[in-house]
Amino acid sequence: MTAAPEAVAGESTPVLSAVDVTKHFVVRGAVGDSSVVRAVENASVDLHEGRIVAVVGESGSGKTTLARMLARFYEPTTGEILLDGVPATGRATRTYHQDVQLIFQDPFGSLNPVHRVRHNLDRALRIHDRRLSASERRKAAIELLERVSLTPGEDYLDKFPHELSGGQRQRVVIARALAVGPRVLLGDEPISMLDVSIRLEMLNLLDRLRREDGLALLYITHDIASARYVCDDVVVMYAGEMVEGGPKEEVIARPAHPYTKLLVESSPDPDRVGTLSREELFDDAEALGEPPSLIEPPDGCRFHPRCPFAMERCRTQAPPRTDVGGGHWARCWLHQEGRAEEIGATTFAAALANRDKEVRS
Amino acid sequence: MTADIRDHTASQHLADGPPGDAGTVLDVRDLTVSYVGPDGGTVACRDVTFQLGRGEVLGIAGESGSGKSTLITALTRLQRPPATTTAGSIVFHPSDGRPGIDLVPLGSRELRRLRWTSMSIVLQSAMDALNPVMRLGDQFADVLRTHHRGMDRAAAKVRTVELLGMVGISADRARSFPHEMSGGMRQRATIALALACSPQLVVMDEPTTAVDVVMQRQIMAQVLRLRRELGFAVIIVTHDLSLLLEVADRIAIMYAGRIVEIGSAEALYRTPAHPYTRGLRDSFPPLHAPLTTLHGIPGTPPDLRRLPTGCPFHPRCPVAVEACSSTKPPLVHLPDQAAECLLLTPEATS
Repeated sequence: MTAAPEAVAGESTPVLSAVDVTKHFVVRGAVGDSSVVRAVENASVDLHEGRIVAVVGESGSGKTTLARMLARFYEPTTGEILLDGVPATGRATRTYHQDVQLIFQDPFGSLNPVHRVRHNLDRALRIHDRRLSASERRKAAIELLERVSLTPGEDYLDKFPHELSGGQRQRVVIARALAVGPRVLLGDEPISMLDVSIRLEMLNLLDRLRREDGLALLYITHDIASARYVCDDVVVMYAGEMVEGGPKEEVIARPAHPYTKLLVESSPDPDRVGTLSREELFDDAEALGEPPSLIEPPDGCRFHPRCPFAMERCRTQAPPRTDVGGGHWARCWLHQEGRAEEIGATTFAAALANRDKEVRS
Repeated sequence: MTADIRDHTASQHLADGPPGDAGTVLDVRDLTVSYVGPDGGTVACRDVTFQLGRGEVLGIAGESGSGKSTLITALTRLQRPPATTTAGSIVFHPSDGRPGIDLVPLGSRELRRLRWTSMSIVLQSAMDALNPVMRLGDQFADVLRTHHRGMDRAAAKVRTVELLGMVGISADRARSFPHEMSGGMRQRATIALALACSPQLVVMDEPTTAVDVVMQRQIMAQVLRLRRELGFAVIIVTHDLSLLLEVADRIAIMYAGRIVEIGSAEALYRTPAHPYTRGLRDSFPPLHAPLTTLHGIPGTPPDLRRLPTGCPFHPRCPVAVEACSSTKPPLVHLPDQAAECLLLTPEATS
């Protein structure tokens, strides 16, 4: 890795970061009226060499918009994207994409179906290094295929995308992303459309790229278990805002934000099978609510209408970021009010049912 | 209880059958479905046999191409050519004690009488399952008045409100069009719609794949409560084994068109008998347990047109022996499950 950034004493400069980025989309209605969708609000994330950051959250939480801003497909409404600490806006997108590549969710839609694998890879190689000869590009394409475990690489060069399985296609997509020698890979739900049995090998591949090649990775997913499997740090997004982040085990085992708790407790966990009855597993889980509209998000903390712990100030004031130690932080008023231990005291569903009971009585 | 000869044969295979003696609502035997083409047929479902108890939740898990969607369109007789049921029977046992009805030979007229009142289906994409240009209430009235001749508009309205209430949707939503509702609400509406005529069996095809985990949990909690209150049986098909393990009483694992293992959810999780089940279970990283490197299942599912000889899983199987490539594995019955694997046979275990 010759292109690796120089490490400064103490903390290294992140390869890529988003600093306080906000993205608002203007959508026009049928009769000429328009409204603003607040897709991402003041989000910050740092990607370091050799580390994987997972962004988790439900659909509409702003994960994809964040990735697209990091890939410079969208320019942030406010805030900045920094590559090696330097604002990315000054750079030509072509040279930017030699460092930062985005992998999409759908391996069926992201390869040109009328061209062979060879062509799909060759184009990326040619665009990013015009000096390579045809035979050098062929050799490079084979090496790329073998790097993503499509071996022997020659066998795959002349295949059309439709001749490959979903997992093989996604590997070709990753190989194409690697063709330009990037330092950052942004994966937007890269495994969610693949068969269950081959997802792990894909995650293992991302892990290998991080360990062996020192790539900085952003892994976007709604599946907390897979995030935990592959990442180092987790960031949780809700309704366009980052609500919690930190080392994965801290965040998943001891959520410091009620929304993270809801997300973790809603994820299937087969280890509970047999230890808890089905009634207990699904008790009080019928009315957990839904994320708000991003056109008119709630004031204060955007989670307050669904939150069993919500207080008066949650309705009006956006909570500040509180560090809870070890790099773990959350945006929740409970930490400022000395009520943080309530989050871990019971399940989210039980706390919600309890609140509703109190409201009724 | 019906003194049907089928109940007698079912009792010989405890692992195939439902637990307890609540009776059987669906009895599927040797069901084989082929896609008929100019160059012969491709068998997508082969010799599928299982029984579903009243009020039971049976999960069917499998990857793409395993035949799970073919199976449920065959069960509900919603299949279209070139899919053809070439062998087997699907016997539906009405709750009123009338003799069982084999759905396979039925014509569209007779099927129509059973649809919605005896069995109904919830499809994966609620947006496509609901009519985009009809208000929700009208769609409910349409179903109710088609299947309950003589029900007037006012009665249909009352029933619609009641049905929406069952899934936590407020009555004023009856005036909404599908696009005015969130994905989760639409999916709950299709579940309420499936329950409109009090069926005894509801088939659900990936009912929560299009919604987020929190909504998935809410929907499954509702389905399980309604099942408890109303007593219908559920067949739920999904690729998400981790979800099935939490919601299903029993689970059937499909591979290359066959049920390769069937048993209680707990047995399949704690002591899977088929190597494919084990591989599938270990394809879901844990949420809390210590992490180890997992590998999923190497290789890809087979092409149904060119199935491997012997056990269809043997090319990917980590514990295959030589005989697996030539001998079709028999169904071996164990206390809590049954599986098709040569390694479970008495000859192999001795």
